[in-house]
Amino acid sequence: MGSSAVIALLAAAIVAGTSILYAALGELITERSGILNLGVEGMMLVGAVLGFIFTSNTGNHWYGLLAAMVGGALMALIHAFISITLRGNQVVSGLALTMFGTGISGFLGKSYQGMPIVDPFRPVVIPFLGDIPVLGPIFFRHDVLVYISLLLAFVLWYILFRTHWGLSIRAVGENPAAADAVGINVSRVRYLCTILGGILAGLGGAYISLAYAPSWQENMTAGRGWIAVALVIFALWNPLRGILGSYLFGGIEALTFRLQTAGISISSFFLAMLPYLLTILVLVLVTIRLRQEAGAPAALGVAYDREER
Amino acid sequence: MLRPKLIKRESESLLARIAVPILSIILAFVCGWIFLYFSGFDPGESYLRMYQGAFGSRYAISETLVKAIPLALCGLGVSLAFRMKLWNIGAEGQFHMGALAASGVALSMGDLSAWMLLPLMFLAGFAAGGIWGAIPGALRAYWDVNETITSLMLNYVAILWVDFLVFGPWKDPSSMGFPLTPRFSVNGYLPTLGTSRVHIGLILALIIAIVVYIVLQYTRWGYEVRVVGESKVAARYAGMNVARHILLVMLISGGIAGLAGMIEVSGITHRLQQGISPGYGYTAIIVAWLARLNPFTILLVAFLFGALLVGGFSVQTFGISFSIVLVLQGAVLFFLLGGEIFLKNRLVWVREEVR
Repeated sequence: MGSSAVIALLAAAIVAGTSILYAALGELITERSGILNLGVEGMMLVGAVLGFIFTSNTGNHWYGLLAAMVGGALMALIHAFISITLRGNQVVSGLALTMFGTGISGFLGKSYQGMPIVDPFRPVVIPFLGDIPVLGPIFFRHDVLVYISLLLAFVLWYILFRTHWGLSIRAVGENPAAADAVGINVSRVRYLCTILGGILAGLGGAYISLAYAPSWQENMTAGRGWIAVALVIFALWNPLRGILGSYLFGGIEALTFRLQTAGISISSFFLAMLPYLLTILVLVLVTIRLRQEAGAPAALGVAYDREER
Repeated sequence: MLRPKLIKRESESLLARIAVPILSIILAFVCGWIFLYFSGFDPGESYLRMYQGAFGSRYAISETLVKAIPLALCGLGVSLAFRMKLWNIGAEGQFHMGALAASGVALSMGDLSAWMLLPLMFLAGFAAGGIWGAIPGALRAYWDVNETITSLMLNYVAILWVDFLVFGPWKDPSSMGFPLTPRFSVNGYLPTLGTSRVHIGLILALIIAIVVYIVLQYTRWGYEVRVVGESKVAARYAGMNVARHILLVMLISGGIAGLAGMIEVSGITHRLQQGISPGYGYTAIIVAWLARLNPFTILLVAFLFGALLVGGFSVQTFGISFSIVLVLQGAVLFFLLGGEIFLKNRLVWVREEVR
């Protein structure tokens, strides 16, 4: 592989990893507040289909993006209501959300299958920076959503670890009773974080249908939502480590795609297995290491009942 | 001003235990009604067609039973893991691996007699599904790796394995490009009941439900499984080998789902092909949850969800996407989960001074 091929691969890794990054950042914030939402795949699919439908009908991808965010938020709201207000089982509620989202997106998108897109997000070359050798093509010739996702990761890191809000979110995720005692509204924080998670998952889905592979196909997220859930663990609930993980998975995806088109003798079915096997491997390695480090928010997945304080 | 307030009950309400699942199904169909209406379909006629597709004739009912069998088996499989609070959501993959292994046996040893071939296929299906369940099981048992994500990831891998074989090495040369294997020899066919497509997998599902019930209720092992499910810490104090329980339960859970795969290829398709499951492994999660993990209720609920699948297939000719089935399934689960709070709490309206 020549150096230009490596550069192209790294650039492709960033693009392929961006949808996972959005979704993982959303799930990360949700989990930090103590809510486990396994419905990321479903929220992404709803985002992808709404993004495509609204862009197709308005001719403007920003409307599509907005619709995807609203759709993701509404989906997350269902999960928030069941797990926060009704204190239902979060694992099963997340699974239900994935089924529901898969169903809704397949239903709504039926007539859009295989349609060409009108206004996809296109890469822009950033003046000066885009012309730097090596770094320019890798980092500075992408569509605007790539930069927004990176910026978002830094902003979320700052909020989580450097602001009062972030402290509240982490407190609610670690020890809701103590947070409640110092006057933090546990339910409100959890609702907001879960909905923010839905918005970002919707964005991640729309990134696929509007930028990465501009089209709509049933189940087009192909497990990226689940990979995002695994990535949150890999990232040790830290947004900046999320960037690294997302691009790692993006790299694998870009690599398998390249190997397939290069006509390599490994069956494409086995190449397609790689991201899923890699997810398992990463999860095993991180879990083994996690035993010595600070891990998941202590109250993750546990409903908070004020009367049981 | 009247305000709703939840008061804890002393014990679970029996009325709520019956009413919540039934109301959940009704409310899900109400949601589906609204959804269909705004999508420009006639909801009444859609539901009527679904009903006719699932129950309207002898053939319809036999198709519903045919779909209920793998749902019941997968449901029994996942219920076993759920008992131990292990989130095995990999039944779909375990089903595929079971179908794959059974097909491998049928295709390579087709000249054996049915008395030899079927038990071998049965064992292969159980073993392959079991291994597929034991992988996340072992990772969970010995390294505490989250089994939800690993079992789900393995679904994708299993489906890709099946795709690889039916598009490649096992492909029927005379299939005109369709991704399927040659037909099994007749000795690899599961006997049917009468002249219908319903096969003896139905009886098998019944037997397994009884076995699961007896083992859980009346054996020491079943008791330990329930204890581990309630509290791992307590189980460890009592000297139980928690890791071995986790591994074994995931193995059996996967094995039963693998059997469902064997039964599907041997009883229905008579070959391995792409898309052998319309999501049985996922629907089974709802079946198990709705049945509150009771083996016999699982059989009943599997029949209802078999009907939903068949009904969903039959409205496709009417222009409605099969996805409506997933929408309804998801909605049933939402209502069920939300309704569970009424099992342990009572809703009362309290008068509150307006401040």
